[in-house]
Amino acid sequence: MIAMTARVRWELSDSLVLARRNLEHVRQIPEKLLDVTFQPLMFVLLFAFVFGGVIDVPGGNYHEYLLGGILVQTLAFGMMGPGTAIATDMQEGIVDRFRSLPMSRSAFVLGHLMAEMAAITLAMVVLSVSGLIVGWRIESDLPHALAAYALLFSFAFSMVWLGMLVGLTVRTPDAVMGVAFLVVFPLTFVSNAFVPAAGLPDGLRQFAEWNPVSAVVAATRELFGNPSAPTASPPWPLEHPVIAALGWCLVIAGISAPLAIRRYRQRTVD
Amino acid sequence: MTVSHHGVHAEGLGKRYGDNWALADVDLDVPTGTVLGLLGHNGAGKTTAVRILSTLARPTTGTATVAGFDVVADPLAVRRSIGVAGQYASVDGLLTARANLELAGRLYHLPRDVVRRRAVELLGRVGLADKAGDLVKTFSGGMRRRLDLAASLMAEPPVLFLDEPTTGLDPQSRSDLWDLLREMVRDGGTLVLTTQYLDEADRLADDIMVLDEGRIAATGSPAELKRRVGGERIEVTAPEASDLEAASSALGGYADGPVSVDDGRLVIPIRTGTRLMEIVRSLDSAGVEATDVQRREPTLDDVFLTLTGSARRAPACPTEGREPDSEEIAA
Repeated sequence: MIAMTARVRWELSDSLVLARRNLEHVRQIPEKLLDVTFQPLMFVLLFAFVFGGVIDVPGGNYHEYLLGGILVQTLAFGMMGPGTAIATDMQEGIVDRFRSLPMSRSAFVLGHLMAEMAAITLAMVVLSVSGLIVGWRIESDLPHALAAYALLFSFAFSMVWLGMLVGLTVRTPDAVMGVAFLVVFPLTFVSNAFVPAAGLPDGLRQFAEWNPVSAVVAATRELFGNPSAPTASPPWPLEHPVIAALGWCLVIAGISAPLAIRRYRQRTVD
Repeated sequence: MTVSHHGVHAEGLGKRYGDNWALADVDLDVPTGTVLGLLGHNGAGKTTAVRILSTLARPTTGTATVAGFDVVADPLAVRRSIGVAGQYASVDGLLTARANLELAGRLYHLPRDVVRRRAVELLGRVGLADKAGDLVKTFSGGMRRRLDLAASLMAEPPVLFLDEPTTGLDPQSRSDLWDLLREMVRDGGTLVLTTQYLDEADRLADDIMVLDEGRIAATGSPAELKRRVGGERIEVTAPEASDLEAASSALGGYADGPVSVDDGRLVIPIRTGTRLMEIVRSLDSAGVEATDVQRREPTLDDVFLTLTGSARRAPACPTEGREPDSEEIAA
């Protein structure tokens, strides 16, 4: 038991050392934070003031509708950070340095996970504050609001794992961006993140309704008490968005995390 | 099996990648406080040997102990006892030089104050004291190598592995690095070093192991090896094969080993004390139309030529559109 606790402490402290390394990167190159600060802020302003005037949300105001969508979109694109960071490390041979040191094996992956979750937290704060400025409000109570943030965290967690899997799979850091656009772009734009899915043409509408992003967005709106543009007979995931969203998070993390760890082992065992 | 041996010890070490044995049947023994130079071309198995000994790769066959610990059974104990500096300086470009060293120190689990002190001390020792706060991505290749070396020294490990520490460095950086390494070894460190340069192995190593296609081609002290390989070479370049033959017979008297012709050049190991002027005069009186005559130190190619009787080309610099041909001419 003592040995076990010592081991966990050892792994945690090594992971923290490596997480701090990523944060130090940010201190050296502050532009690295743009994608979790300035970029989401731009999206809020762009959608609120450029598209906001022309998009009509039945039963609510667009600024309140919008924020859930932008939060989830930012977290979905949040896979790019860990993906690029890990792919860069794998390419630069620094992993060999780490592996020749008497550190915990899992600390490399866990360190990236911790650092990315910290960055994601910052993004959520930036988005929430800028949302409040443009007129978004939490209409539910505190427990529901906390539940909404907890759900967003779970989604971010699963997307960071997905990003690490991609970063460990591709050969160059640049490829991460390609994969992200190929996968995350359609998922976030063909969804209910910015416009109600009901208005989409057949085919796209079904995709949007069953898309994991839509479930998480709908759940976030429900928990914040924001308008969600309900339709007469919503499909199952949008009728039970919280359960569907949690299910999707479990599926994404449940598949990505073990695969990422396996991939890391494969690429470092020789 | 209890192993009381320290330093580095390996028996029957082999590593197979697919169908290719990158390393086969390598036995080695590096007593504490000595330097082993692994000498060979690219692809000779030097890096594979170092990767196995530093726990980065698992051997397909054989066993190895480093500082008394088995590399397969107890990799963590081995990692606590070693420093590794790779061929591709594994430093973090987005951190400062000091932060790189502190990162390594923390991952060796050294106390915080020791980490700070050692980082400053080592930056001074590798001549980067004034660059401590600079981002490593702005560093030149030589500076990265020196930082990488410093990182491998953070825990003052008893055993050090350096994979081609001076490849790609300019002559000044090379000789600075040699001084640094000699200083380290003087302090009692055990060092395994790989290199493609005969002079580097000669200057730094107590023992040299020549690797060729994953196997040991020769072992011995630098003095023994040099005795076998001979001293300086004379290279005669001429456009016509007949001129090279004429040169070969004209200079036969100066030869101190097998003469070879390779790529339009005649290479002759010469007896110590032979003057370049004598060579040029002999060529001139034999009527040889030489375009170039030069004197140089023996290289790794000469080692292979002497030991195996055939020139072994480094795969990194292939001769284009032509099979590496070499023929021996009896001296």
